[in-house]
Amino acid sequence: MKVSESWLREWVSPNISTEELVEQLTMAGLEVDAVEAAAGEFSKVVVGEIVSIEQHPDADKLRVCQVAGGEDELTQVVCGAPNARAGIKIPFALVGAKLPGDFKIKKAKLRGVESKGMLCAQTELQCGEDDDGIWELPSDAPVGTCLREYLNLDDSIIEVDLTPNRSDCLSMQGIARDVGVLNRAPVTPPQMPVVDADTKETLKVSLEAEGACPRYLGRVIRGVDLSKPSPTWMQEKLRRAGLRSIDAVVDVTNYVLLELGQPLHAFDMQKLSGSIHVRQSTAGEKLTLLDGQEVELKDNTLLICDGTGPVAMAGIMGGESTAVSTETTDVFLECAYFDPIAIAGRARSYGLHTDASHRYERGVDYQLQEKAIERATELLLAAVGGKVGPTDVTELADQVPAERKVELRRHKIESGLGFSMADEEVVDILTRLGLHLVENTDNGWVFTVPSYRFDISIEADLLEELARVYGYNRLPTTNLEAEIKILPRNESKVGLSALRQQLVAQGFQEAICYSFIDAELQKVFNPEQAPIELQNPISADMAVMRTSLWPGLVQVLQHNLKRQQSRAKLFETGLSFHSIEKQVPMLAGLMYGNRQPEGWSAKGEAVDFFDLKGVVEGLLDITDQDFRFVAKAHSALHPGQSAAIELAGKVVGYLGALHPQIQQELGLNQSVYLFEIEQSALAEAKLPAFNPLSKFPEVRRDLALLVARETTADALLAGVRAAAGEQLIDLKVFDVYTGKGIDAERKSIALGLTYQHPSRTLTEEEINSSVDAVVKRLEDELGASLR
Amino acid sequence: MENLEALKQQALELVAKAEDMAALDAVRVDYLGKKGEITALLKGLGKLSAEERPAAGAEINKAKQEVQDQITTKKTAFEQAAINAKLAEETVDVTLPGRRDEQGGLHPVTRTLQRIEEIFAVAGYSVEQGPEVEDDYHNFAALNIPDHHPARAMHDTFYVDASHVLRTHTSPVQVRTMETQEPPIRIICPGRVYRCDSDLTHTPMFHQVEGLVVDKNISFADLKGTMVQFLRAFFEKDVDVRFRPSYFPFTEPSAEMDIQCTGCGGEGCRICSKTGWLEVGGCGMVHPNVFEMSGIDTEVYSGFAFGMGVDRLAMLRYGINDLRMMFENDLKFLKQF
Repeated sequence: MKVSESWLREWVSPNISTEELVEQLTMAGLEVDAVEAAAGEFSKVVVGEIVSIEQHPDADKLRVCQVAGGEDELTQVVCGAPNARAGIKIPFALVGAKLPGDFKIKKAKLRGVESKGMLCAQTELQCGEDDDGIWELPSDAPVGTCLREYLNLDDSIIEVDLTPNRSDCLSMQGIARDVGVLNRAPVTPPQMPVVDADTKETLKVSLEAEGACPRYLGRVIRGVDLSKPSPTWMQEKLRRAGLRSIDAVVDVTNYVLLELGQPLHAFDMQKLSGSIHVRQSTAGEKLTLLDGQEVELKDNTLLICDGTGPVAMAGIMGGESTAVSTETTDVFLECAYFDPIAIAGRARSYGLHTDASHRYERGVDYQLQEKAIERATELLLAAVGGKVGPTDVTELADQVPAERKVELRRHKIESGLGFSMADEEVVDILTRLGLHLVENTDNGWVFTVPSYRFDISIEADLLEELARVYGYNRLPTTNLEAEIKILPRNESKVGLSALRQQLVAQGFQEAICYSFIDAELQKVFNPEQAPIELQNPISADMAVMRTSLWPGLVQVLQHNLKRQQSRAKLFETGLSFHSIEKQVPMLAGLMYGNRQPEGWSAKGEAVDFFDLKGVVEGLLDITDQDFRFVAKAHSALHPGQSAAIELAGKVVGYLGALHPQIQQELGLNQSVYLFEIEQSALAEAKLPAFNPLSKFPEVRRDLALLVARETTADALLAGVRAAAGEQLIDLKVFDVYTGKGIDAERKSIALGLTYQHPSRTLTEEEINSSVDAVVKRLEDELGASLR
Repeated sequence: MENLEALKQQALELVAKAEDMAALDAVRVDYLGKKGEITALLKGLGKLSAEERPAAGAEINKAKQEVQDQITTKKTAFEQAAINAKLAEETVDVTLPGRRDEQGGLHPVTRTLQRIEEIFAVAGYSVEQGPEVEDDYHNFAALNIPDHHPARAMHDTFYVDASHVLRTHTSPVQVRTMETQEPPIRIICPGRVYRCDSDLTHTPMFHQVEGLVVDKNISFADLKGTMVQFLRAFFEKDVDVRFRPSYFPFTEPSAEMDIQCTGCGGEGCRICSKTGWLEVGGCGMVHPNVFEMSGIDTEVYSGFAFGMGVDRLAMLRYGINDLRMMFENDLKFLKQF
């Protein structure tokens, strides 16, 4: 909310500077976002009047004006504004004037005609947005007066960012109330007399929505002259609050909204037929709003209706058909209390947000309506005349909110705020805030809450008020005390930080990608799965929740390749979203480019599957669990370089080369290697258990075997282990060979077998018989032959 | 015997002339070997009388030893030269870089989160996690934000379906913890959160760390103390911290926390928009409605909660001036951390 300081000071004027006021508001929870001057910096600008005007002899768009208000009786000024005409009052910058932007006005010749000064637009004085022409001032503006004084422009506009609980501060009255409390200064509202009725005319109102609208005040005003504008002082105050002047009726209702916080609506009385009904909508009803859009109503919207149907969306926006226009002569003024629950969310559900809905959904003082309608009537009559009927109050007395009582216990202040506040101070602060002490109890007090404080209903709310007014920063600050217990520490738990650290040590950079990605990209990586879609994505490339961390990492790679990087090792941790029930924490990585960074000793070889697998094995080794790698296709991976990672028979991850087709589609020159594994599979490690060391010698035997090409190393090793006996303590593949000298259908695999006995030296015979058993088994099972 | 001296001289000359190990060895064989010339003299001792024999023998042995000594000395010199030559050949340019991969690194947000977790772990807080696609109840209703509450508009929520959202804060994890654990509770909840907002200073995904303490006799003063201690520990500086009244539906009283600007020390600069203060998070005493919904007795227990933007803390800590860089993952950016 934009607060004009000078307007505020009409209500309450503590002896503090603007800076102090701003600091005070912020520290009381009414956060000030910005402070702006009401007008730009300028001098020597007066109210001028164009007395006569003629066409410039040599320029079509320029005219020569004789202007009153300067030092001489008349001053000649050349002006290009389309609205310049004799008889209007305008801001007149004299020779020697300084305008915003350090722009000096000098005597000049424009196309041969002398010009002594400048007639100004609002924007040239930084007094508003209107730059259609020169600023037309009211006809009663006193010619020759300093414009700053005339419009009281030495003012600051304080923009207060109010939290949703403080609806009571959505008005000048409300801000003034808080400033008064904070400074112990008197608040003096303007005189607001009750306007006596000239006629007895009223319009019948029936309230058919129970608690949603328990009070409705109406007033008939006939014979208004809407060709008259609202007064300049009002327009100026509206402008400083960020509202444009529309016509006298709208301006007055807006003014009262800003001044008191009560929204009002004015209908063109002649366009209403029958009586007013306040009721809930039924689905499918239609209403064309003031802004011209026709809305189809849902079944939960509070309406103001006349005999023909809906004429306004209650508390949100009026209808077009009954709107006030320049032809309007009779007005029906509405001033109601709508329950916040009945209004909340409705405006938004129709894509609307108005000053009225903003206030109603946060809470409008339920006792404010009489005061506001009298104020509006008074201001309206002063501006446009007319004969008024009596204020007609329709009320469902049992539905009007009841005054709330809140108990405050003395010990809760101490336990809640950490110090005990003197009783007098407690009562003083709360009373100044408008609460009434109704009862002193043994433990504390009972207060009633003023009708404008929708945010106070429980004891904790009173603690906040005490703290806020006393000052959060004056409250004590203590050291939280708690028991210190030494708790069991689970050594077999592997923290994510250990996994991250290992990858970092191997040259991986951690990335953090958005959890939502492009639906198309998602489909490329995981065509089988329908992802979770966002109903209101911020853009198409952030529309679905990722089911894998790979698309994000590949996008990071693309981003960096475009920026002259040639290799990348990346990882990320985060959720992959398969369904609402299945959000799985994953760890994923990517490798691309050369194995080593460019350097004098680097060989310039590209990474391959086994570099990737080595990294993954390193991570799995931390846990010391029995993982297996199984050749398995994955839609995003190269069919011949793709493996599932299994733990206890369950697939917990994949690794492999990005499918060459996807690689090509994404414009990547080299193979991309990817892994992804569930974090939970890496969370548990085996606790180390010591094995005694053997003192006896190890014996090593090497076997070179020829097997079919499709025979896996895993199968060979399993065969060896099954046949070799307990004394085999280590087994390695130390060579794999295909090509010259070997049948094209077969490959040579060299195995190194190491034997050792825990308590004696193994004999030659024992080892030979084990090796024989191994060879026989491999021959029988896998068709292996010794090379 | 009469030619012993001559033989010795010959041998010593040859030793001196020897240019390599082979030449040296030839001298040894020729003079001192089994068939060597000096060795042959020993064999002639038998022709001498018993009286002459010991003196003559000693003489020959002395000459033999003399030659042997020279050979040994020369041999050591040859070996030393060979070692020196090898060392010279093996000399490398030690200023060339070592053979290794580049150092990797953590994302600044992770680095910051780990630091925050470590700081709180020392004070006995444990880390709790929760889902990011969250149900409406845990994200809003259980936090005292009923349907249509104006505070929902503050959250710019991403919707997944009628009853699920991308969590707008990590507060639902607090609720889930209170539902399952008995006080005392001391936790922090770090993680990704989502709001439908994207501009210079907002990304649609960012990181929060929230904390919750529930115990007997927890006061607002304890909350202030905890926050001040944390912020000073985090920034390793005695920064000024101020608390401003604010509003969160799930806390009462609620406060916004500002620290003295880390860029200018409170003088006013571009980072703090000339105010001298930087907003770092919100906090407050847990609202009784939240406790009641989670089944915690408000007459026995009280507690506080706080939340901070991790991305913002990282930016302040490391001087990052553009939030959007956080999720572009440019290697030139990532490698700085």
